[in-house]
Amino acid sequence: MLLSGLQGVLSNKLRSILTLLGVLIGVGAVILLLAVGNGSAQQVAASIDSLGTNTLTVRATGGQGSGTSQQITTETSSQLANAGLGHVSSVVPEATTTQTVSSTNASETDISIIGTTPDYFTVTTATVAEGTAFTTSDVTSGARDAVVGQTLATELFPTGTALGRSISVDGSPFTVTGILSEQSSTGFTDPNSELIAPITRVQESFSGYGAVSSLLVAAKSSGDVTAAEDETTIELNQLLGATTADEPFTVSSASTLLATQAASAKSFTVLLGVVAAISLLVGGIGVTNVMLVTVTERTREIGIRKALGATRPAILGQFLVEAAMLTLIGGILGVVLAVIGAQFTIDGTTPVILGFSIPLALGVSVAIGVFFGVYPAARAAAMRPIQALRSI
Amino acid sequence: MHQVYGAGEGAVFALRGVDLAVGVGEYVAIMGPSGSGKSTLMNVLGCLDVPSAGRYLLDGTDVGTLGENELARVRNRALGFVFQSFNLVPRMTAQQNVELPLVYAGVSRRERRERALDALAGVGLADRADHRPQALSGGQQQRVAIARALVTSPTLILADEPTGNLDSVSTGEILDIFDSLAADGRTIVIITHEEHVAERSHRVLTIADGRIIHDRPLSDRRLAAGARS
Repeated sequence: MLLSGLQGVLSNKLRSILTLLGVLIGVGAVILLLAVGNGSAQQVAASIDSLGTNTLTVRATGGQGSGTSQQITTETSSQLANAGLGHVSSVVPEATTTQTVSSTNASETDISIIGTTPDYFTVTTATVAEGTAFTTSDVTSGARDAVVGQTLATELFPTGTALGRSISVDGSPFTVTGILSEQSSTGFTDPNSELIAPITRVQESFSGYGAVSSLLVAAKSSGDVTAAEDETTIELNQLLGATTADEPFTVSSASTLLATQAASAKSFTVLLGVVAAISLLVGGIGVTNVMLVTVTERTREIGIRKALGATRPAILGQFLVEAAMLTLIGGILGVVLAVIGAQFTIDGTTPVILGFSIPLALGVSVAIGVFFGVYPAARAAAMRPIQALRSI
Repeated sequence: MHQVYGAGEGAVFALRGVDLAVGVGEYVAIMGPSGSGKSTLMNVLGCLDVPSAGRYLLDGTDVGTLGENELARVRNRALGFVFQSFNLVPRMTAQQNVELPLVYAGVSRRERRERALDALAGVGLADRADHRPQALSGGQQQRVAIARALVTSPTLILADEPTGNLDSVSTGEILDIFDSLAADGRTIVIITHEEHVAERSHRVLTIADGRIIHDRPLSDRRLAAGARS
């Protein structure tokens, strides 16, 4: 029966190939699209880990009555650090700007410059791989030291090390004292193209004294984040003379930020899943169509077989084997295609195949193929032989 | 025996009381104009259709009492069909077509092959076993169909206008095969509207409007024709 099924499959090559293609594309698309969604979700999860989950970011927004007293400054930062908050371990100010950075070899535009204190390297996941970070006394003296990201270092100095070399940031000279180890992207900026310098130097040369862009507040542990957030908000409102109604800042934690990202990654996966389901459906309709035409065309053959003594189960068995063989071969090829496709990085995302998607896609397409292959055959097999014989 | 298609005023009475007995070893021809009910009679005899009323005894078994699977078994073991349009499965070789009834009879692969090749040799097509129907002439296709009908050694061979689609040479070959089958003692019922085909049989039934209007042994007619001259 398997042999006669194979013969049936081979006897109409074009039709078999079309059926096969329908199943192949449906199955392949479902598995691969779900794998892409899953891969991007996993990437978000990985960047949650790399960011560190116990830091809060206080971003100055400028309250409604934005007088000088309401600006967040380095003064605010040290006041907050020394306020003796129970859940906060350290406070790091950030003054950020975007400048052109050039060496004798190259010039890079739109580099984000972060002016900060040495604690930055303990609070964030940025670590110095080569050279050294600047010290507290460097901050006091406003030293022209720069710690650069890996990408920036190689772009500025394609040959030889960047360490100890002179660079110019918007015309003012700096010396590269350290190079950061490679960091994973959080999706907004490339941390490997940053330049980190003492906050006093950045303020003096670029942003001016006064307001800083943000404060990084490190909670004592990841369990203290919520309490630290409350403490920080209350303390800052007191320091700035603001009320909860018109806070001139927002406090967000890395985890809440990334929870938003994770949620968007999830809806991306759902969207891909819907597209995949549609392609499976379309593939299924294609298979159904081919199967219906096949059986209708073969009603006469069913009549001949019945006249020669075939029982109904024998005819059903033949069509079942044919349909199952076609859809299974197509399905397995689809799985193979998806597995091969998942080896490639698609737009920065490495697909990770979801285990359940393989049996799901395979099961649905085989079920559709077999049902629509066998159901019309069952109707034809139930006819009196002479009716089946009289059809074209 | 009665056969009615449809019901009420639109009902078609294809057979209106046919009473017929065919003995073992007889070679019977059924003649009649189109629409006379001869094909309907053939379909009932071949268990392809069920009579609306009446009984059909095949080898002493009342076919009307059999279930679907038993009917399939009867068609498989007791009957051999030869159709006007050959009805070979187009995608299968001559040998595979001849093997088909044996497949449903559950015969082993090796025995199927031997019996199919024997049957093909019997109709003079041993060298065409690997050809598909579209590579064979009409006469050859009909000989394959006869081999397929014979391969299970059925009780009754039914042929519905077996020469209707063939030229005179092929018709002659097919009728020769039927002659030799009759000589071997096979029971054959052949439907035709051609006088010269019917003449080769032993007994001619003429059917019109769903009734048998003549039933005579052909030897009598030959004798009568001889006496007249």
